[in-house]
Amino acid sequence: MIMLLTILTLFIGGLVAWSIEAWNKDLPRWISVGTCIIASILIATLYFQPTQQELMLAGVSSTWYEVLSIPWIPRFGIGFVLAIDGLSLLMVSLTLFLGFIAILSSWDEIDRRPGFFQFNLMWTLAGVVGVFVALDLFLFFFFWEVMLIPMYLLIAIWGHENKAYAAMKFFLFTQVSGLIMLVAILALVLGVAGTGVPLTFNYFDLMGHQLGEGLSFWLMCGFFVAFVVKLPGFPFHTWLPDAHTQAPTAASVLLAGILLKTGAYGLIRFTVPLFPEAAADIAGVAMTLGAISIVYGALLAFAQTDFKRLVAYSSVSHMGFVLVGVFAWTELSIQGSVMQMVAHGLSTAALFMIAGALQHRLHTRDMTRMGGIWHSAPRMGAVAMFFIIASLGMPGLGNFVGEFLILLGAFSINKTITVIATMGLITGAVYGLIAMQRVFQGQKSSDPEISGIKFGDFGSREMAAMIPMIIALTWIGVYPQPVFDLVDPVLASLYELTLGTSSQWIGASQ
Amino acid sequence: MNTLDLFALLPLIILTTSIILVMLVIAFARNLALTCLLCCIGLASTLLSIAWVGSSADSGYVTPLILVDAYSTLFSGLIVAAGIFISLISYSYLKHRGENQDEFILLLMLSTLGAVTLAHSAHFVSFILGLELVGVSLYAMISYPSKGLFGLEAALKYLILSGVSSAFILFGAAMMFAVLGTLSFSEMASSAQAQSTIEHWFILIGTTMVLAGIGFKLSLVPFHMWTPDVYEGAPAPATALLATISKGGIFAALLRFFLSFDGYQYNLITESLFWIAILSIVIGNVLALMQTKIKRVLAYSSIAHLGYLMVAFVSASILSGKQLAIEASIFFLFAYFITTIGAFGVVAIMSCESQGSDKDEISHYQGLFWRRPLLAAFFSAMLLSLAGIPLTLGFVGKFYIVAAGVESELWALLVAVVIGSGIGLFYYLRIIFSMTTHTDSDEPIAIPATGGWALGTLAFLLVYLGVYPTQVVDWVSSVAKSMI
Repeated sequence: MIMLLTILTLFIGGLVAWSIEAWNKDLPRWISVGTCIIASILIATLYFQPTQQELMLAGVSSTWYEVLSIPWIPRFGIGFVLAIDGLSLLMVSLTLFLGFIAILSSWDEIDRRPGFFQFNLMWTLAGVVGVFVALDLFLFFFFWEVMLIPMYLLIAIWGHENKAYAAMKFFLFTQVSGLIMLVAILALVLGVAGTGVPLTFNYFDLMGHQLGEGLSFWLMCGFFVAFVVKLPGFPFHTWLPDAHTQAPTAASVLLAGILLKTGAYGLIRFTVPLFPEAAADIAGVAMTLGAISIVYGALLAFAQTDFKRLVAYSSVSHMGFVLVGVFAWTELSIQGSVMQMVAHGLSTAALFMIAGALQHRLHTRDMTRMGGIWHSAPRMGAVAMFFIIASLGMPGLGNFVGEFLILLGAFSINKTITVIATMGLITGAVYGLIAMQRVFQGQKSSDPEISGIKFGDFGSREMAAMIPMIIALTWIGVYPQPVFDLVDPVLASLYELTLGTSSQWIGASQ
Repeated sequence: MNTLDLFALLPLIILTTSIILVMLVIAFARNLALTCLLCCIGLASTLLSIAWVGSSADSGYVTPLILVDAYSTLFSGLIVAAGIFISLISYSYLKHRGENQDEFILLLMLSTLGAVTLAHSAHFVSFILGLELVGVSLYAMISYPSKGLFGLEAALKYLILSGVSSAFILFGAAMMFAVLGTLSFSEMASSAQAQSTIEHWFILIGTTMVLAGIGFKLSLVPFHMWTPDVYEGAPAPATALLATISKGGIFAALLRFFLSFDGYQYNLITESLFWIAILSIVIGNVLALMQTKIKRVLAYSSIAHLGYLMVAFVSASILSGKQLAIEASIFFLFAYFITTIGAFGVVAIMSCESQGSDKDEISHYQGLFWRRPLLAAFFSAMLLSLAGIPLTLGFVGKFYIVAAGVESELWALLVAVVIGSGIGLFYYLRIIFSMTTHTDSDEPIAIPATGGWALGTLAFLLVYLGVYPTQVVDWVSSVAKSMI
């Protein structure tokens, strides 16, 4: 029930924000803040439920905190099934946290139709939360698509100079891959129904059925494509730099922070557990794609002069680690992937906020026209330094934990790919520091348009968004155990499901 | 003919009576509001009688021509409900267009009667009767209120092509009659069993000709040429009627004909339908990309949508997927009705103040989100539904089409659906995008109350049934079950 209330809160909050715009231009963002606070309180109650170990002692072996199941379209066995476990809880918490950040980051950036802007922001959050807790494949697909439209509008209305193209590309890529997933979902459901089970879209009921080898391979591919496009993995990443560059700051924060994570979440929750054998068959290919994403993303990031584009390509590189980690499918590497998702969500969201702040002040994203900003904005420089160092994988910060575990877990599976993936850490340092030097260090820009601008440092509102992220990244970097405690039982149960189904995964566990 | 038969015919009787009533009232007192009110009352009581007859009368033949069953109840209900919405929108559209607009409403009722007849028809005679009733009223409606050339051109085009296609259907039916000696769908099926080769070819060619004629009316590729010009030239309410009531009625009769006659037994026909579906989807979507006028975009998009419908229609050829496929086609048509009337309704409302041709350049819609947020939101909902995005009825429709294709394992058709939807997004989003852009024009856009409420109801239905389609799904599913 808590999940349903959370999603409804976000939907309704969005509607209220939109309708209140006519009365007052400042009120909508406060409505959004209020909505996010209510949603966070609702979700926070789940943390105070009995922990996994206590449940185990009580004899409950389920990893689910709460399951809500209401019949929806009985004709097709479609139910309104929402369920939350440690993994979903972590992702939902990240979503709401970044929701706050997104609202703060757009506080005075949006002056046109602020109510409608907040409406789209809230509906994106609602869609993403839905994706993380829906366990009926129809409902999952429903939310998967619902989150696209508000995001499309965010980019198309409040984006930058080339917004129409970017928004369209984003929508087309994700929608077409989504349709392929819809075909796969239906084929899975009808295929399972063909084995004598009543028609159902329920995740739990669909698991563990033996379909033909060929069929399950194609079905797996349908899911895989949709999730890898969203992730995004090479060669499906081309929408990401455009969408990120053109999106307003808040949309970039959500896009990088949580929308990309839905792809990774889908791989962990659906692709591998539903089709363990077929997924094992393409694990090699998927890991290779991941490694290519890491290196290729890093190289392209290095070549950019547009600050936002650089961060976007670095996302491709970092999400490549997630792909490698998921398809290595060892306990360590999956843990690493989850950690990487959280850490990347925080660090990239912060970097996009910095990019947005730069653009807001300088009206350009071109790094060649910047330089020496640290002098006029020391707080901003220090914060940027922190997040660039975090994202290049400095030990002691969250990203390091994720990448290290992924590499450690993947090493036993495929040494070559792991070695190539490790290069990402080095190239990450190169492009990260280059960006730092170009923007914040060195000579002040001599560009007349830029040097004339009185550059304001981060104010208290911006620091209020940055400091929690700094604390969170340091915390999970130094003491990641609470995160593992939360997700370990889930990952272990998913891992057990796939044990014995395929020689590749068994080989992995040895 | 006994009282029970008369009771089963009640919807047709009420509809016919109210048409005569409206005609007499027009003869004595020309008043658009009164005409529309009478029309709506007539259609609403027809709808009630359909519900009454559907829930209490046994299904069966009333004369060999008319078959009353759950299937005809569903389709005639849909058609009459569509008629009510279109007449409400027409009222707003016609109000400012000078004198003598009442007959448009009369023609609208007549074509609704034709489509209802089609939904009940189980015999080539009633089929052609209904077809012509729809067609003849449409000729007049297409050229009706406009004094421009485009309307006349469109009407002439439709008149000639529709006449030719009717001739095709008649000739095809005659060829089948020559061999089978009957025009009733079900009797044709039983006497088609034992035939010699030459007679078999007669049936095959006859069916093909009937299909070609119906293909014209449904604007399937390669019989689609007339569609964009006619859609563009006709006044928006007439276009809405042409796209929904006319096509829906004809499709209902086609599906009935194919199911009782078992047209799927001829591989040649199934295969050509297969290609017609693929071509309609691809060509419809690709050509829609190149349009700059909303009505032309919607015309090509309706070609593509009829292509999606044909995917379900072809899926019914596989025995294991038959029920799901019938269900899918009915549900898809249901979604298509609401969405298409809504989309053309927006065009009609936008043009209700203009005297000349409709406002259908995309530039007219620029910045609509900031000038008329609610109207823009309705239009976006309709377009997203056409694109098959969740939260709208169109999504459930597309879900059904994909399910039918998967169940019958017609993967090539599904590839076409996926590609077509991808292309489709492009032009729907382009319209939505242009509604969000800024414009300097501050020309006021008036939204008339009647049409506005009709649109609002449609948008509400679109979202409500898109989120909670359970009842409609159950209803459609029970009807589909009764058909096999």
